[in-house]
Amino acid sequence: MTDDSHPQSVPNRSREADCGRRIFLARLSLALAGLSAAIIAIPVVGFVLGPLIQKFPRVWRKVGRVDDFKVGETVKVDFLDPSPLAWAGVTAQTAAWLRRVDVNNFIAFALNCTHLGCPVHWIASAQMFLCPCHGGVFYADGTVAAGPPQRPLVRLPVRVKDGQVEVLASAIPIAGYAR
Amino acid sequence: MKLVKRLIAAFEERTGLISALKNVALHPVPPDTGWSYVFGSAALLALIIQVVTGTALAMGYVSAAGDAYQALQFITNDAFMGSFLRGLHFFGASAMVLLVGAHMTQVFLMGCYKYPRELNWITGVILLVLVVALGFTGQLLRWDQTAVWAVVVAAQQAGRIPLIGSALARFILGGKTLGAQTLSRFFAFHVFFIPALLFAFVGLHLLLVLHDGISEPPVPGERVDPKTYRERYRKLLEERGVPFWPDAAWRDVVFGFAVVVAIAALALIVGPPRLGAPPNPSLLAKDPAPDWYLLWYYAALALVPNELSSAFIVLAPLLGILIVLLVPPIWNTGERHPRNRPWAVAATIMVWLTVGALWIEGIRAPWSPRFEAKPLPSSVVGASNGPIFRGAALFHDKGCEFCHEISGYGGQRGPDLTTVGDRLTPNEITIRILNGGYNMPSFAGILKPEELDDIVAFLESRTAHPSATSFGSARLTKAH
Repeated sequence: MTDDSHPQSVPNRSREADCGRRIFLARLSLALAGLSAAIIAIPVVGFVLGPLIQKFPRVWRKVGRVDDFKVGETVKVDFLDPSPLAWAGVTAQTAAWLRRVDVNNFIAFALNCTHLGCPVHWIASAQMFLCPCHGGVFYADGTVAAGPPQRPLVRLPVRVKDGQVEVLASAIPIAGYAR
Repeated sequence: MKLVKRLIAAFEERTGLISALKNVALHPVPPDTGWSYVFGSAALLALIIQVVTGTALAMGYVSAAGDAYQALQFITNDAFMGSFLRGLHFFGASAMVLLVGAHMTQVFLMGCYKYPRELNWITGVILLVLVVALGFTGQLLRWDQTAVWAVVVAAQQAGRIPLIGSALARFILGGKTLGAQTLSRFFAFHVFFIPALLFAFVGLHLLLVLHDGISEPPVPGERVDPKTYRERYRKLLEERGVPFWPDAAWRDVVFGFAVVVAIAALALIVGPPRLGAPPNPSLLAKDPAPDWYLLWYYAALALVPNELSSAFIVLAPLLGILIVLLVPPIWNTGERHPRNRPWAVAATIMVWLTVGALWIEGIRAPWSPRFEAKPLPSSVVGASNGPIFRGAALFHDKGCEFCHEISGYGGQRGPDLTTVGDRLTPNEITIRILNGGYNMPSFAGILKPEELDDIVAFLESRTAHPSATSFGSARLTKAH
């Protein structure tokens, strides 16, 4: 690395005379380098952070005819997520737990346990949702029955339109900080 | 021959590379460094294996969410030596995590992080974090059901962080739901972003090793004093230093060879991790657990008191990294030999015991309900009709058995009920079933009165002495 052909420092006489010019040139170079970096970085960072800004459409998905569901029963309904890209394949599938409370009313729950987001399983005979990850338990109405979860299952908007039950395809619920 | 020599000489005259490499290879190192110094170079070797096998795997991989699963099946089942290669990449990753752990332990126990090598410790901790990040993103590229749910779990944890949590969760998911963007982004993280950072810090780490030299084996009573250390170290090298190659390096090569053989043998014999069900988020995963190197942390999340889980998720990793990052460099002087540093030894043992215990619990996962629990066989139930028989059937159907074990059947979330009849009266059992508890749901609105009676009768018949069985149920029948 050390090479005798390179002088270790610039000759003394040029130092003072060129001082102001040298400072200017150094600052100019740094500023231009920074600007160049910014020009490239803005679209790169923007693209990487794109999913934070991207619009999220609200889409009602048909999940079946009203008559398909029995009063008092909770079943899993599968549907497509709101804005699937062509190459998402099966990853675009999503689902919810749908409960027909009475003749006119449905409630839908997101699959995700409110502890860490694992998919809860409906155990019909026990009338409870159980989470396979850390043993969270929820009652049929989504309230916490036992285990680590601190919040009830997240409800998804559901409506009946033209004899069809529709669920609002929604974001994966992120629980956020819970005391 | 002459021409080759002249070409080499001309190359050297123009680049200086050969003498630079020679200087690195032959630089003096302390004598008698021994076998405990081999882990760092072995971790570097594992990294090289990962880069090489990963690059090859990338030739068969497709980072499209809809196709990756099929591509993995092609690599595993059809591609020539594909399964072997996946195995190498998985066990290479495992070796890297283990070797980094061993390297850190050795450096900590021998006080090698003390002056002037504090920055080497700090860059090392950053490398550890990057290695774990690579492991996690790598597991996700095995784009099956577990991978998909692991992304959701990661996003949920990130979501707990106040203020930036939901943005961070969205960043991890690549949107508000799982989808096409999730995988292609994780592919870029795993293959470009994180390795780029890793290379930068590995470079810095190695540069520091050359700049400050390999630490000399500690001697009890010999203290590190920043005022005198460098002079002492220089003298040691001058008087007793040996060239790194081959005096010290041969052990690295021997150990490295053993590592390569072990990785290859495991890849061939055990093979790569099996692919789970397809990455369809509408399918309910039965057991979405992380790979072994994060399983201990996953276990901690199950065991931390429920009310503290948010605080734990946010603070534990932060505090953990902060302590490991800063505490050793702050205590950067004094004794190096473990014999005179009992607290350092105790801390190391404690960390490994904790992680080890959590690992074992993570493998057992007693908190996970056993969905696959079968109804109790009649040999266990001991009745073919009547309340005990019906109660045993309900014990399974109402989900009790997912969490409670009886005579070796069922889950381990709640207490073992094999002999509950000896411990609790029918009244006490009834109260517990109806009210529930910390980790037990209340069954008040779920069981019909006659169902409750049957279950209580069944549970009261669970005693260590079969003769007591009839007594128990007789008592119960009388009570009604």
